[in-house]
Amino acid sequence: MADIEWIKTKLPTIIEDKVKKTGANKNKVIERYKKMQLDPGEAVGIIAAQSLGEPGTQMTMRTFHFAGVAELNVTLGLPRIIEVLDARKEPATPTMSIYLKKPHNTNKHKAEQIANKIKQVTLEEVTSEFELDLMTLTLKIKLDSDLLKKHSITVKQLVDSLESQISGFELSEKRGILNISTDSKDVKKVYKMKEKIRSMYVSGISGITHVLPVMTDSEYVIKTFGSNLKEVFQISEIDFTRTTTNNLCEIEKVLGIEAVREAIVFEISNVLEGEGLPVDIRHILLIADTMCYGGEMQGVTRHGITGSKQSVLARASFEIPLKHLVDASIFGEEDRLTSVVENIMINQPIPVGTGLPELIVKMRKKIAPDKKKKAVKKK
Amino acid sequence: MTDVLIDGSLVGTVSDGKTFVQDLITSRRAGKISAQVNILYNEKEENVSIDFGRNRIRRPLIVVKNGTSLLTPELIKDLKDKKIKWFDLIKRGVIEYLDALEEESTLVALKEEDITNEHTHLEINPISIFSVNVSLVPYPNYNQSSRLARGQKNQKQGAGIYALNFLNRLDTNMNLLHYPQTPMVRSFTQDIFGDSLVGGQNIVIAVLNYGGYNMEDAIVINRASIDRGLFRSTHYRPYTTEKLRYAGGQVDEIGIPPKDTQSYTLEEDYRFLGEGGLIYPEVDVTGGDVLIGKTSPPRFLSHLESFSMTANIRKDTSIRVKYGEKGTVSKVFLTESGEGNPLVRVEVRENRLPEVGDKFASRHGQKGIIGMIANPEDVPFTASGIQPDIIFSPFGMRRMTVSQILETLGGKVGAMAGRFVDGSGFQSEDVDNLRTELLDLGFREDGTETLYDGRTGRLYNARIFVGNTFYMRLKYQVTDKLQARARGRVALLTRQPTAGKAMEGGLRFGEMEKETLVGHGASLLMKERFDSDKTVTYVCERCGDIAVRDHYKNKLTCLSCGDKAKASPIEVSYAFKLFLDELKSMGIRPRLILREKYKS
Ligand SMILES: [Zn+2]
Repeated sequence: MADIEWIKTKLPTIIEDKVKKTGANKNKVIERYKKMQLDPGEAVGIIAAQSLGEPGTQMTMRTFHFAGVAELNVTLGLPRIIEVLDARKEPATPTMSIYLKKPHNTNKHKAEQIANKIKQVTLEEVTSEFELDLMTLTLKIKLDSDLLKKHSITVKQLVDSLESQISGFELSEKRGILNISTDSKDVKKVYKMKEKIRSMYVSGISGITHVLPVMTDSEYVIKTFGSNLKEVFQISEIDFTRTTTNNLCEIEKVLGIEAVREAIVFEISNVLEGEGLPVDIRHILLIADTMCYGGEMQGVTRHGITGSKQSVLARASFEIPLKHLVDASIFGEEDRLTSVVENIMINQPIPVGTGLPELIVKMRKKIAPDKKKKAVKKK
Repeated sequence: MTDVLIDGSLVGTVSDGKTFVQDLITSRRAGKISAQVNILYNEKEENVSIDFGRNRIRRPLIVVKNGTSLLTPELIKDLKDKKIKWFDLIKRGVIEYLDALEEESTLVALKEEDITNEHTHLEINPISIFSVNVSLVPYPNYNQSSRLARGQKNQKQGAGIYALNFLNRLDTNMNLLHYPQTPMVRSFTQDIFGDSLVGGQNIVIAVLNYGGYNMEDAIVINRASIDRGLFRSTHYRPYTTEKLRYAGGQVDEIGIPPKDTQSYTLEEDYRFLGEGGLIYPEVDVTGGDVLIGKTSPPRFLSHLESFSMTANIRKDTSIRVKYGEKGTVSKVFLTESGEGNPLVRVEVRENRLPEVGDKFASRHGQKGIIGMIANPEDVPFTASGIQPDIIFSPFGMRRMTVSQILETLGGKVGAMAGRFVDGSGFQSEDVDNLRTELLDLGFREDGTETLYDGRTGRLYNARIFVGNTFYMRLKYQVTDKLQARARGRVALLTRQPTAGKAMEGGLRFGEMEKETLVGHGASLLMKERFDSDKTVTYVCERCGDIAVRDHYKNKLTCLSCGDKAKASPIEVSYAFKLFLDELKSMGIRPRLILREKYKS
């Protein structure tokens, strides 16, 4: 992001360049730019909210909330927008679009290979038999060598990845059979492990349950169900400049706050355009900025932006008023009545639009009638 | 093995469900078992359901065997000659009643000529696939089904004569049409249900634009038609009260309340009451006038009051005409309630002319309100001098209500030939025949006419579709809905305007409306809009509490600072002051810190 200083120094040259290229009237360009600037006191927040809320009401009527290829369903429509604005930790349908680097992205075989590498493989998928020996309290798991080969997993890799996940149990491998035993005499514990170990991941990237290489325009893109940005970035063949996920919290963790801001804008405008209800990007930018300016992503909820409002009355008027009022009284909070909601509550002009400018006239000392002439002379 | 379920509970099994069910049905048709039993063989779930319990809706159908209807022409002849009756047909297994369950295993033909070998039943009349109300719509089979659903809904709301004993009844919201007519284009079901209870009139409509006054769904109505009595109706409203008995021997009194009664209003309001406290019939009353004078004992007695002999502590609970309404007292009833208490009912009637905003509809889901009452000289006229009663917007035709066009055409034939036109579903009069008949009557066969604009006298370039349609005046009338206020009653607690028409209330400038003003930055306009409950209250600057006026010393004091208080006036909404008081009741002490706004 460019900062204000940068804009101030660069903007004239940018305008100059554009004017030269297009042959436009420079003065008109500048005049138009200035005209397009917002007036001080413009209620940008409300206008952004209304601009997004109006298509929102239409979307609830047109229930068209899911889309996707075959089994890869992706939440769309109003539920998705609510999800993004609430800054949910995990989206209802986490999905990734994994792009590949140059030589691989047109190779179907390679794309499929990488897709298989990414897909999470659970122990169940490479075994043929589970057996619980109640006498010795050992689990005997028979590995299927064909399936292992199919997923290109060696037995050693499998043992390594499993070992870190089963604390309290001993693991040994002998001729394609895993033996898992424990010192404790607790049958229940072993039984639970028997169920648990089936879904333990042995290779691939954990969390990614489905993969689907899709041909888009001119290259293969791997669409996934489930998301794990950090691990996917470790794969050398993928193009990490374009690969993305719809899990915003992951983006925040891996790529930082600026990336989330971009992602919020992309996700919201993507849904709206998909519904055929385009909204000016500046409204979405404002919302994204508001969600991100604090350094970490905040949802538009009582835990996020609204909850961090300064005014007690504004917070209380949104949700759970009792809690806010009681807390405010415990901490002895002061409401300085600087924003909109509070002033509406006490029926005072709100500091927006015509209510923003204040005219203060400095009065001279009261002039006595007989001294009036003198005062005039003095001036 | 097939399970057998009787009324939903398992009773046993049979080896072959299919033949078992066939046997049962044959014996039912032969009269060996009750005709009320319905049987279904469910192949998928391998069970037989036999139902003869209550609460099953059943309908009669003609049985079809080997591709032929069992209701033979001979049987029909016998029926006509009254040799046999309906129940004979059921006994002979010609007609049987099916419920929703047994219908699953049947294939019903709509018409006799549609029957194939696969059909098991035949509709008695194709119109019976519709409900009673839908079957009254003429030419229903030409329409989209949703229009029929809407059309039948409108028929239920039409003002007309709803019961023949209406003079002896006291219903709430009674609406009587003055000259109800039976529809000219009609379904034969209309004759079955009777001509007396209809809710509309046959009028002339022209499908035409009229200066935008009939845009969207509005209609333009001819003033001359109204003046001659078209769609006039009377609205009746009953007012009831009961002389109740309370614990402790207290009773309500019906009579003229004494002037010292609590909440006694102007003396003028009681002017129509006779000695018994009742109004007499044929008095013109308006909102606020007392119909029944009544006083009630106080609900809570304080100690002082109960011993006081002088003060009248009874409350005026008289029954008054609703705010905004007017009318004439038509009936006064004196009777007894179910508990044996004296009961008074006063009925107020009002003559209602059609006015701008009243709702009208045809039977085809085409509803609209009056957008203009056009003066007769301005209404278009045909070459023969006929003027339409209602100008219907061509915009309404986008709903593809073909049935309305056919009804209008048929209505024209009916009006000119002096006969009823049969519009029963699936068996209506042929439209081509109607057209030739219209031609014979001296009109254009498509029902269009050359029209002259009443305002300019000029000929319309297009030929306009004119004909007769059955229209209904619906029960929704503007006088019941219209309200406006500038200032008036406020709620006691919040000092904000009351809500609702009956309460003389205002229209709420709500949350979303507020946001539009914020969005426009119209800050001061918004302050003015929310000024309805503004108050000036005094605040003690020393401690931040609301100050109180000490009337004895005529001085502003503060409850916590006493004489040291420094009270200053502030202007806030009363709701905020109330909010502060509510906080105090929660145990939270809010303080107002005052500061000069314009001090630099
Ligand atoms: Zn004080």
